[in-house]
Amino acid sequence: MKTARKKNLYQLAAWTWSWVATMAIATFGPKYIWDDHTILTALAVSVNFANGILMIIANRNLFNKFDELERKIHLESLALTLGLTVVVGLSYSLLDTTNLIAYTAEISNLVLFIGVTYLICVTINTRRYV
Amino acid sequence: MKNRLKVLRAENSFTQEDLADIIGVSRQTINAIEKEKFDPSLPTAFRISKLFKLPIEAIFYFEEN
Repeated sequence: MKTARKKNLYQLAAWTWSWVATMAIATFGPKYIWDDHTILTALAVSVNFANGILMIIANRNLFNKFDELERKIHLESLALTLGLTVVVGLSYSLLDTTNLIAYTAEISNLVLFIGVTYLICVTINTRRYV
Repeated sequence: MKNRLKVLRAENSFTQEDLADIIGVSRQTINAIEKEKFDPSLPTAFRISKLFKLPIEAIFYFEEN
């Protein structure tokens, strides 16, 4: 069980890093590598998208290897993260559309918020139960 | 829910890690059950009951405040 779980964890790590790498290539490639070639850009975006799907499957496989307490910890963290993302994300968007903030609301800020929130929630929940 | 898991584990000279491996959960889960911070699922309770050859109600019991 532990070996299978470790294998799933390494698979998720590998898919996550390759997703980040393909995201970087799709973002900076058109400007710095292939000079805005449309077909190459579309290919890079497609590869990144497919990689993202595989990353999600790897995450689900790891989740299925969790035991009942770990599932509870992660489910509670996911629920909290989802709720906070919707509320904070829409408030952030409102701040932008009503011009209460000087800069444009970027989706990357929300992704960063999701990651940090999930990490904090998992840490707090783990401390609560263990 | 209260339980006698820690006592039974000690009586049978199991470490938390041993018990976790036999039951198929993590050591943290055994620790959380012993500290009564987490109630196990029915399949886990049955596995524990089978291991110690005791009925579930002899290991886990409900105590109203």
